[in-house]
Amino acid sequence: MADAEMIRVLVAKPGLDGHDRGAKVVARALRDNGMEVIYTGLRQTPEMIAQSALQEDVDVVGVSILSGAHLELFPLILEKLRKKGLGDTMVLAGGIIPEEDHPALREMGIAGIFGPGTATNDIADFIRKAMAEKTIN
Amino acid sequence: MDTSKSKQEWLENKLQPAIKKAPEREEQFLTTSGIEIEDVYTPDDHQAFDYNQALGYPGEFPFTRGVQPTMYRGRVWTMRQYSGFASAEATNRRYHYLLEQGQTGLSVAFDLPTQIGYDSDSPNAQGEVGKVGVPISSLEDMEILFEGIPLGKVSTSMTINSTASALLAMYIAVGKKQGVDPSTLNGTIQNDVLKEYIARGTYVFPPSPSMRLTTDIFHYCAQNLPQWNTISISGYHIREAGSTAAQEIAFTLADGIAYVQAAIDTGLDVAKFAGRLSFFFAANTNLFEEVAKFRAARRLWAQIMKDRFGAKDHRSMTLRFHTQTCGHTLTAQQPDNNVIRTAIQALAAILGGTQSLHTNSRDEAYATPGEDAVTLALRTQQLLACESGVADCIDPLGGSYFVEYLTDALEEKAREYIQKIDDLGGALRAIEQGFPQREIQESSYRTQKDIESGKKVVVGVNQFISPYPEITGLLRVDAAEAEKQRQRLASLKARRDNERVAQALNNLKTVASSDENTMPAFIDCVEAYATLGEICDVLRGIFGEQEEILVI
Repeated sequence: MADAEMIRVLVAKPGLDGHDRGAKVVARALRDNGMEVIYTGLRQTPEMIAQSALQEDVDVVGVSILSGAHLELFPLILEKLRKKGLGDTMVLAGGIIPEEDHPALREMGIAGIFGPGTATNDIADFIRKAMAEKTIN
Repeated sequence: MDTSKSKQEWLENKLQPAIKKAPEREEQFLTTSGIEIEDVYTPDDHQAFDYNQALGYPGEFPFTRGVQPTMYRGRVWTMRQYSGFASAEATNRRYHYLLEQGQTGLSVAFDLPTQIGYDSDSPNAQGEVGKVGVPISSLEDMEILFEGIPLGKVSTSMTINSTASALLAMYIAVGKKQGVDPSTLNGTIQNDVLKEYIARGTYVFPPSPSMRLTTDIFHYCAQNLPQWNTISISGYHIREAGSTAAQEIAFTLADGIAYVQAAIDTGLDVAKFAGRLSFFFAANTNLFEEVAKFRAARRLWAQIMKDRFGAKDHRSMTLRFHTQTCGHTLTAQQPDNNVIRTAIQALAAILGGTQSLHTNSRDEAYATPGEDAVTLALRTQQLLACESGVADCIDPLGGSYFVEYLTDALEEKAREYIQKIDDLGGALRAIEQGFPQREIQESSYRTQKDIESGKKVVVGVNQFISPYPEITGLLRVDAAEAEKQRQRLASLKARRDNERVAQALNNLKTVASSDENTMPAFIDCVEAYATLGEICDVLRGIFGEQEEILVI
């Protein structure tokens, strides 16, 4: 029963960016928080990320970008997810993302943006709350 | 009133009663490497201390006090800001600006496609062109990058690893066009692929052909570019990925051992190449541990070169290094605090005897730095050099009971790690087994947990929190720049002598498949205006591509 209710999260690194410290810390922290976490590794194309999300049947896709390519890569990732019928999957953004880009990302459907200095517990709380609301609705 | 005659006496008669009355702030004080710090250090902590053996004199074995006899009294460190963005034109303008502002060397940041061997028009480069550095797809871009900059006079450091051979070939070619003889070129290529597998992620080829390209460069430069630093063995990215100071020394020097061994195995004599090896470290905010780190690394490397590799001349034993302040310590909250963090870190690097220094900008938790922020970062170095007096005496913290204690403790911890890596079969085998990666991840996770529990204070993040004004003047890379870059590439491909390009690429294929030195073939390719992507496609065909060694 507990397993069936376990929140499943895909942590993904798109593009060519090699900064994976944050992604790995978040993956481990969410795992310690009781979630099932799948980490993709580096250099994932939007197609590969969407495919993993489908295969692993995840509730959340957390995407970490520190190269400044967020405005280019997020629309592609969201489009690939939609094409696979995963338009409802919650997508979160992490990394170096200036505040002035937050509105554009939220507009395209990113549910949460977590920058430097974020406590991993806050990310876990955000996911649990959002998942609980989803179940009620 | 009697005064204590020994540390033990003082501990018993003075300190312990005082602590009983009012406890200290912490039960245990620790450095980032987990070294316990006592209340005070005295001669009693250094009873076996032998000055000549432990420290020696500046420019002499074991180089604890510095690699040159005059250090900053002769010339201060090279101020070298890592820089590159948008396009070759924009970056060229930034270089001219920085040199006008008093910067004394150049440091090229390439964008990710360039670092991974993709042209700007490759589907793999989508969204990444000009983002974290300058896009260089051909010699034409490189010519624009160094327009008006005399390569015979300036020294240039290039952060390029898997594709280092091709970019070095382009630098040599630009020099030739300016009439500069390659033998007089000054600079550094990072060329350290082992740490790419550990921590940085821009690997392309598997380890064995990568090491071959690296040692080809050692051979070629020993004969043709005698003033060029053929590698910058890097601990910076290991530290940025989360390691402690002791791990940073150990994993970097273990990689260094692997490169020296690889070069010896190809028949190079230590005296011919070891003097051109250079290093790259991070500077963190924990001031005394950092100063001790640089001193310990210098001493340990000198001993390794002497004892393990039988180096005879001093030059082959000296650990010369570049330093960059720690990017991961910069906060998005209260960004002005980053100026202060960077100043402390820069001070640590200078007190530790660095040969060159990059200071980070206050806005880097948001974006690639803007011009005002970079200028302030450069001014921080200039102020330390000209106003603080720290450059006037060599190794001013040498002989401090505390700093010597930390230097010894860090050296010992690093030695233990290097022994473990030796037991695993050397750096490459250890990396394949995920050993350094796992150690780094453990440290990084511990740091994060300590910040979240409040055990480690980050001002403005988990203590002393206040609302802060939004940061302005952030650098944006216009998408039109990438389009312009793609158009230039298309026009080049139409203009160049495509027959010559095909011949040069074919020759590279033959040479790379044999055991001949690859550097002349790279130079031939870039001078024919073959693109970086075309060159790397040839190599990918022969060498194959490296898969991530995934450790989590």
